[in-house]
Amino acid sequence: MPLAGYRRPDGRVGFRNHVLVLPTVACANGVVNAICRQVPEAVMLPIDSGCGMLKEDQVVFAHTLANLAGNPNVAATLVVGLGCEAFKPDQAEAVIARWGKPVKAIAMHNSGGYAATVEQGAALARQLLREVADLPRVEVNPGDLVLGLNCGASDPASGLTANQALGVAVDHLVDAGGSAIIGETTECVGAEKEMAANAVSPELGQRILDTVRRFEDHVKMYGADLSTGEPNQGNMEAGLSTLEEKSLGCIRKIGSRPIVDVIEYADIPSKKGPILMDSPSYDAPSVTGIVAGGAQVVVFTTGLGTPFGMSIVPVIKVMSNTPAFKRMEDTADLNAGTILDGEETIEQAGQRLYELVMEVAAGRRTKAEELGENQCQIWRITLTL
Amino acid sequence: MANSTAVIVIREQDNVGTATRDIKAGELIRTRVGAGEVCVTAAIDIRFLHKIALRDISTGERIYKYGAVIGEAISPIAAGDHVHVHNIRSLWGRV
Repeated sequence: MPLAGYRRPDGRVGFRNHVLVLPTVACANGVVNAICRQVPEAVMLPIDSGCGMLKEDQVVFAHTLANLAGNPNVAATLVVGLGCEAFKPDQAEAVIARWGKPVKAIAMHNSGGYAATVEQGAALARQLLREVADLPRVEVNPGDLVLGLNCGASDPASGLTANQALGVAVDHLVDAGGSAIIGETTECVGAEKEMAANAVSPELGQRILDTVRRFEDHVKMYGADLSTGEPNQGNMEAGLSTLEEKSLGCIRKIGSRPIVDVIEYADIPSKKGPILMDSPSYDAPSVTGIVAGGAQVVVFTTGLGTPFGMSIVPVIKVMSNTPAFKRMEDTADLNAGTILDGEETIEQAGQRLYELVMEVAAGRRTKAEELGENQCQIWRITLTL
Repeated sequence: MANSTAVIVIREQDNVGTATRDIKAGELIRTRVGAGEVCVTAAIDIRFLHKIALRDISTGERIYKYGAVIGEAISPIAAGDHVHVHNIRSLWGRV
């Protein structure tokens, strides 16, 4: 089946064609939601910060926001802000314009108040929708796909079924020239040596170890330790015996092909293949960073189930066991519990998942898209002032 | 009674398998491992998603799951034994 997508000016390919209404600060979420109620074909991302940040976090915030707008699933962006925040609407507009896609900006302080901003914003959003409505899908190849990977609400089955199947799907994609980004640096603790050994060079292997060590050191600043209490009581009751067992099950998501790079949060990879992105394990900031990195489709493996989704990318939910799949079926797209039930091998489930990824890229909507689920969080590295 | 899906083994070098359902002491388990098959009798009840030894494992021997080392035995483990925090420990930080 040929793959088709939207070729953007920077050469990357989108598999959705969204007009994104993007707040530059949490204060603008209300206005942005009001605009989207008037223009339901547009989408938004909820932004929970943008102010009260140290310089280090201001840099991460602006970088991530600009790269979210740059994600190739986004056809055009309307930036909405107040005017006093760290990354002002006109600054954001100038940076986002570099992607070559249509962008507009309004600041509430200059627009005549709340209602006037909503009216102007809605008019601009409709204009952007008209501009991008006729953009064509062209034939592309799997090399244009960057798959985001995440696991959350895991159980011990995740490492045996869903993550294993995802690793097989990632191998297929990488063999076809595509890329996959895994985050959740904290979940690598206990498995970092294996990850480093599977890097494309010893130098990259060392950088992977350094990245994991850096996160551990950051946690130690607060007097905490990522390895104590791992696995936790619930994990052990459920069957996980050691830290490595848990982490090794987690990193199976990235598959078996050599890791080609390790990148900083929200960076766009410059290489193709399996990539590690430094990010927290908490789902919302992890997926946000990976989507800022350009992932057009996300696969999210889970044992207990979660409705997680994000407006600008389809998030495919893969359940690790059949009883949980039945309990959460209206949030889940694929059941990998068939592996435990003896109905499928890991390879067969992985092949089925790969085919689903291609269907979703071609336009099939995920449960999260149908539910309108929409989480977004930009990683706060330091503190809130 | 033999049941081929009661235990899942991910890689050929794994010396533990994972229960895909609750297993009763005395059950004969037959499971595919790579191209071959392993037979083991459960020595004790093994809960869903807990591990069972596929062969005898000596003290200090590495435990393999998903083709990787997940820890080492801290006491002798017989084929069919429950493998968990009481007889294995993490190697993280030790090597």
